[in-house]
Amino acid sequence: MSDITYRQLIRDGLWNNNAALVALLGLCPLLAVTNTAINGLGLGIATTVVLVLSNITVSLIRNIVRNEIRLPVFVLVIASFVTAVELSMNAWFFELYKILGIFIPLIVTNCAIIGRAEAFASKNNLVKSTVDGLAMGIGFTLVLVALGAMREFIGMGTLFTQAHLMFGEAARGLTFSMGDNFQGALLAILPPGAFIALGLMLAMKNWIDQRNEERAKQAALEEEPEAAA
Amino acid sequence: MIKHPITIAGLLLAMFAVVGVGLVAVTHQATKDQIAENERMALLNSLNALVPASSIDNDIVNDKTVVSDIDKLGTKETTVYFGRKAESPVAAVFTSIAPDGYSGQIKLLVAVLADGSLGGVRVVAHKETPGLGDKIEVEKGDWIHSFQGKSLKDPKPAKWKVKRDGGIFDQFSGATITPRAIVKAVKNTLLYYDENKKSLFLAKKQAPAKEQMAEAAKTESGK
Repeated sequence: MSDITYRQLIRDGLWNNNAALVALLGLCPLLAVTNTAINGLGLGIATTVVLVLSNITVSLIRNIVRNEIRLPVFVLVIASFVTAVELSMNAWFFELYKILGIFIPLIVTNCAIIGRAEAFASKNNLVKSTVDGLAMGIGFTLVLVALGAMREFIGMGTLFTQAHLMFGEAARGLTFSMGDNFQGALLAILPPGAFIALGLMLAMKNWIDQRNEERAKQAALEEEPEAAA
Repeated sequence: MIKHPITIAGLLLAMFAVVGVGLVAVTHQATKDQIAENERMALLNSLNALVPASSIDNDIVNDKTVVSDIDKLGTKETTVYFGRKAESPVAAVFTSIAPDGYSGQIKLLVAVLADGSLGGVRVVAHKETPGLGDKIEVEKGDWIHSFQGKSLKDPKPAKWKVKRDGGIFDQFSGATITPRAIVKAVKNTLLYYDENKKSLFLAKKQAPAKEQMAEAAKTESGK
């Protein structure tokens, strides 16, 4: 476990062991807030910040904390950071805070975070835990944004509406729209749309993985006769 | 004395609790003014959208009172903000609630001008169906502007309905319940205003006196 390379850590977080697509952790916010790409991005960044901070802290205290109070301490650490992030967002990203609403406090119960604390940060050094938190967080964020963009585009015919809530007025230009006459598929915005879109993303990931595996096998088979000859 | 492991564990846990609470307390201290300011600005912006800042000269956010009429205003406690210019009433903004939306309450801001006509209506919060009922939001449709300038004289009370029910207000295709609920709530707010307009604008001058008395009573009993 300890000789895991940074390359592997990043690849795990973004793809191989992605919190949302493979571990299927933290699905509650994933499905609930991803009706636009910017909402997904906002929650993704908040989750990443908490994940990195909690991984750092848990890794630092891993030798002090006795086994029997491990979980309460982790929960305490995570809850404190989430509250701090919530207050900060309320102060500096007020509009976005109002939209994300209840889902910021709910980061406390995102199993991806305590999952990484327990499975990784409590057993690894500071730098590795930080990289792991960052990679896992970015992996989670990318899925949130992709899902949000997919649902927003199909449901409303826009992309990155309300970008100015996060990046200031200059970002209004980022917003892409199909025009007012676009009749969106309402289903994509509603909760069932979230399940369907996530299902499609899972299927696509599995399909890509399978194809890569088959190619690797094929390549191995082609090489073998040559080696024999 | 050898400490029991459970004592050490307990102390450790308490230590982490103290550090965690400390972090939250520091963040709270650093952000609380900004948060209060954000909330005040958000309220001021939504009030100014209905009662233009140029038409009043008082602090509308703090010039408020709480009234109670569950049948007409939808809740037991409805905050009313007053806009005044040179001490004379300009508008009263009601935080009315339409209790019978398609999926629960629809929270409104209803601005009634001193002459009894509507300065405007805005939807503050709702849970109506996206794509159908949510055209009541000012960002998603012009419908909510159709209230502007209307009063109990124009149209007549009997016409304060959606078109399907024989009134003058549009409904949306696929969503009649939402507009119906809002039209009813706005009409009721106007009725409330009509009945209480004389006492309403005086409420502010009484309220601080009452509060002072209540506070005085508290300090009395505290002694």
